[in-house]
Amino acid sequence: METVKIKIDGIPVEVAAGTTILNAAKLAGVKIPTLCAHPDLEPWGACGICVVKTENQMGVSPRLVRACTTKVIEGFNYITHDPELQSIRKTVVNLILSNHPQECLTCGRNQQCELQRLAEEFCIREVAFPSNVRRVPKDNSTPSIVLDATKCVQCGRCAQVCQQLQGVWALEFIHRGENTRIAPVADSTLNESPCIKCGQCAAHCPVGAIYENDETDKFLAAVKDPELHVAVQMAPAVRVALGEAFGMLPGEIVTGKIYAALRRLGADAIFDTNFSADLTIMEEGSEFVKRLTTGGVLPQLTSCCPAWTNYMEEYYPDMIPNFSTAKSPMMMQGAITKTYYAEQKGIDPAKIFSVAIMPCTAKKHEIERDDNMHASGYPDVDLVLTTRELARLIKMAGIDFANLADEKADSPIGAYTGAATIFGVTGGVMEAAVRSAYFLVTGEELKDVNIVATRGMDGVKSGVVDIKGTKVRVAIAHGLANVKAVLDEVRALREAGQPQKYDFIEVMACRGGCIAGGGQPYGTDDDLRAKRTAGLYKDDEKCTLRCSHHNPEIKEIYEKYLGAPLSEKSHHLLHTTYEKVKTYKAL
Amino acid sequence: MSVGTAEEIKFSDELMAFIEEWKNKPGNLIMILHRVQGEFGYIPRAAAMKVSEMIGIPLAKIYGVITFYHFFKTKKPGKYIIQVCLGTACYLRGGQDIMNELETILGTSVGHVTDDGLFSIEAVRCIGCCGLAPVMMIGNEVFGKLTPEKVPEIIADFRNRA
Repeated sequence: METVKIKIDGIPVEVAAGTTILNAAKLAGVKIPTLCAHPDLEPWGACGICVVKTENQMGVSPRLVRACTTKVIEGFNYITHDPELQSIRKTVVNLILSNHPQECLTCGRNQQCELQRLAEEFCIREVAFPSNVRRVPKDNSTPSIVLDATKCVQCGRCAQVCQQLQGVWALEFIHRGENTRIAPVADSTLNESPCIKCGQCAAHCPVGAIYENDETDKFLAAVKDPELHVAVQMAPAVRVALGEAFGMLPGEIVTGKIYAALRRLGADAIFDTNFSADLTIMEEGSEFVKRLTTGGVLPQLTSCCPAWTNYMEEYYPDMIPNFSTAKSPMMMQGAITKTYYAEQKGIDPAKIFSVAIMPCTAKKHEIERDDNMHASGYPDVDLVLTTRELARLIKMAGIDFANLADEKADSPIGAYTGAATIFGVTGGVMEAAVRSAYFLVTGEELKDVNIVATRGMDGVKSGVVDIKGTKVRVAIAHGLANVKAVLDEVRALREAGQPQKYDFIEVMACRGGCIAGGGQPYGTDDDLRAKRTAGLYKDDEKCTLRCSHHNPEIKEIYEKYLGAPLSEKSHHLLHTTYEKVKTYKAL
Repeated sequence: MSVGTAEEIKFSDELMAFIEEWKNKPGNLIMILHRVQGEFGYIPRAAAMKVSEMIGIPLAKIYGVITFYHFFKTKKPGKYIIQVCLGTACYLRGGQDIMNELETILGTSVGHVTDDGLFSIEAVRCIGCCGLAPVMMIGNEVFGKLTPEKVPEIIADFRNRA
């Protein structure tokens, strides 16, 4: 690797050629303030806060450059902090603040806002310029996310995430100069745009301009109502991230504390979406085995991720025959809560209020996708709260989360295996499916359940699994822009009448999987993704049972209620249908 | 030319051929949008969607471009487009008074269309005949050495033509 030797504030560092000043400074242990830069995204120098100085050296006169977009030059010394630079940066922050409503106390990002942090770091006590805030109506058109463009600082992160990482193109800047503003496609609403509700815009927004639709009040109203039996489920990825909101380390497994906190918040029954992740494997795994052994449409595509489902219906409706009909674990859990659980406990399903704690904003949209989401005869899930909203509820209730004693989930739909918990990370659904598919095909158990080929952060992973001579070719893609490449290949092979390269493809919309979902605690980057991922694999290893078909409560529900995977009852409660959706709705 | 959904809107054969010729070439978007505006007088949303489908550029990006350049219009202009010069010479000779008079008698404002769809008013910067200041153009006709008093007669004349 070609390297260059430079100095940051006189500190010598050697970095790879092509490194930006910003990243070189990190290696030298120097922090340059930023606002628009994000490690997930290509730098594009929008805000100007990272400005640094070069000295008069090597025949180049001194100049100010943006550290995020400028690459280091051999032999140069870069000055990152001095009174002049601080003054320039302070002016930039002041200019942004003059266009930004000073409504921090009532903002969802209060105390978690990157602009607020800069204002604090630069000791701004009074904004140096008169306020010039352009009011734009809030976009409340989706149940998932709210776009409040009045608070936008035009960093461009949301548009970049939406376009480059997700390939969705719901958001783009319109107009020019001082009239420039962020807007859903063609100045429509998010709901009319191709938005897939993944919430990555909200996860990347440095301020409160895009955020999850907060529905904590609905939860509070439900637990207050003595008539209602509040049953809560929690997704795998929540348990390795919620602790961050309470000063714990990313990746720390707080499952038992969350169960305890939910009981203290007034929930009547605590279940785990992981139970239904095991159920998903039984259904989706059986569906795959059926397709594989009876010449069904392959590759089969996983269907657990609602943002991915939205994307497929808009951009690849020709893939519907490939799509697993299995509902997402959350919707399965909701359906069996109001049927199987209600019957077992003799509770009127009309009185059950079904809540799901999810790392995801698209889940808020999923619960009202279509009539199949009312398989129990009622809304199978009444309310979805993101990890961030649960953190707020716990803080509001004054619960000392970090010191809670661990509790357990409730039977008969609360137990889970290691295979279920890794659903929250890219590759996890495939790994879980392979563990059980091996058994479903051969009737024998896999010796080593760790399928390492499915793990890691590569955008597209692929491998061949040998099920006693049957070679199953699998692929895993995450971050929808990566998924697009795989789907285009599937489509091209099909249209050319050629054999497919893969039999089974796992897709998760968000980079890294649900652990980096749009509803997770703020600050997600690859470092945090790695820590949360490690947490889930640790949770898997801690489990004595690591294959979905070993879950005793799963065996019980098939014996007592569902019969067998893909039975008529399963189809009614646990499977769904898809249809083509217009990319640009009502435009 | 019908203007409905992307499936319904009809492009002329010439426009279709032009887009087909340029669809895979870099830098094609602005040229194509010029042609679309030439055909419709503006860029209807359905036309932008059809262009998006034909050349595979996301609609969000197309709107980023359309709204960036003042030349492109997203709303149907009037049958007669009135361009009032507010360049330096015309402005000093009372261009703004001409604009005010037009806005009063047409009951609309710059950048908008009259309710009957006959007139739309635009402000422009210099149309190259400063000696005639203040000037305005309606369609391809130039009206120079204007005073607010002359404006109603000119408008009445165009109303009669319609």
